[in-house]
Amino acid sequence: MAHQGSHTAAHAESAHNNGAHAQDHGDVKTYLIGFVLSVILTVIPFWMVMEGDFSKVTTLWSIVIFALVQIWVHLKYFLHLNFVTEDGRASTISFLFSALIIFMVVGLSIWIIYESNAMMMY
Amino acid sequence: MSALANDIATDMAHDIHEEHEHEHHENNTVFGFWLYLMTDCLLFASFFATYAVLFMNTAGGVSGKDIFELNFVAVETAALLVSSITFGFAMICAHKQNKSGALAWLAITWVLGATFIGMEVYEFHHLIVHGNGPQESAFLTAFFSLVGLHGIHVTSGLIWMTILFIEVSRRGLPEKTVTRLSCLSLFWHFLDIVWICVFTVVYLMGAM
Repeated sequence: MAHQGSHTAAHAESAHNNGAHAQDHGDVKTYLIGFVLSVILTVIPFWMVMEGDFSKVTTLWSIVIFALVQIWVHLKYFLHLNFVTEDGRASTISFLFSALIIFMVVGLSIWIIYESNAMMMY
Repeated sequence: MSALANDIATDMAHDIHEEHEHEHHENNTVFGFWLYLMTDCLLFASFFATYAVLFMNTAGGVSGKDIFELNFVAVETAALLVSSITFGFAMICAHKQNKSGALAWLAITWVLGATFIGMEVYEFHHLIVHGNGPQESAFLTAFFSLVGLHGIHVTSGLIWMTILFIEVSRRGLPEKTVTRLSCLSLFWHFLDIVWICVFTVVYLMGAM
């Protein structure tokens, strides 16, 4: 009985280590993938602004998209947000909720203020 | 005999239960810290909103185009980005109970973070002595506030890292210390994400 108990515990422990733990903490490979992607996603927008010969609108939208993709890369590879483990899910959902609030507070405020600015000027 | 086996089984069940509770508690600590970071996100968001509203109001003074040195900012960005992966390696070592490895990577991370802060202080000092201090225009106030807020966070991270470095070197890596390192790791990676927004919105858009 005792033997069986310890066997089950050891088994559960090893499954835990191989599964959820690795997922939560990341390994050298995931950090390196994240790092290489981040370097690429940082260098391109800097190059576009410093050397690139693009129109203002193209540059603006490109650097915004590169920033959003890089934020996603950091969340996935450095902060290990995911929908797989229980903890990862809780963190991801709380992040998405904050993102929604930020969109409403910042995005919509800026929209309103820029519109009212435009209406007062012209 | 059977009573003894029963006792042992109860004992073990209790142990397993306790261990599970303990682990749950550690997870709660890290998750609680994550929730704090989410509220910190809102603080940064309001500073970004302020900057977005005020950045055109230069009061006849300098604008972003005149004062931003993208080469300089690129080096700052590189320092912070590399420090993110070195902290990641420190965490991998910490989870493997590799004390010297964790300490070495923490030290490298600290130096990179200090490089970033040193460069930022230099930039602020340079601006102020050239008459472009935060009191000169709404743009400069918003700029100093937003970039300064991030800088204060990184500085706090460096102080926290120093304390944990001493803790790890003295006590090694018991579970509690690893939990503390996990919280700092979230903080550090989170600040790198905020910096992505800063260099995109403030420096790149400002220099366009």
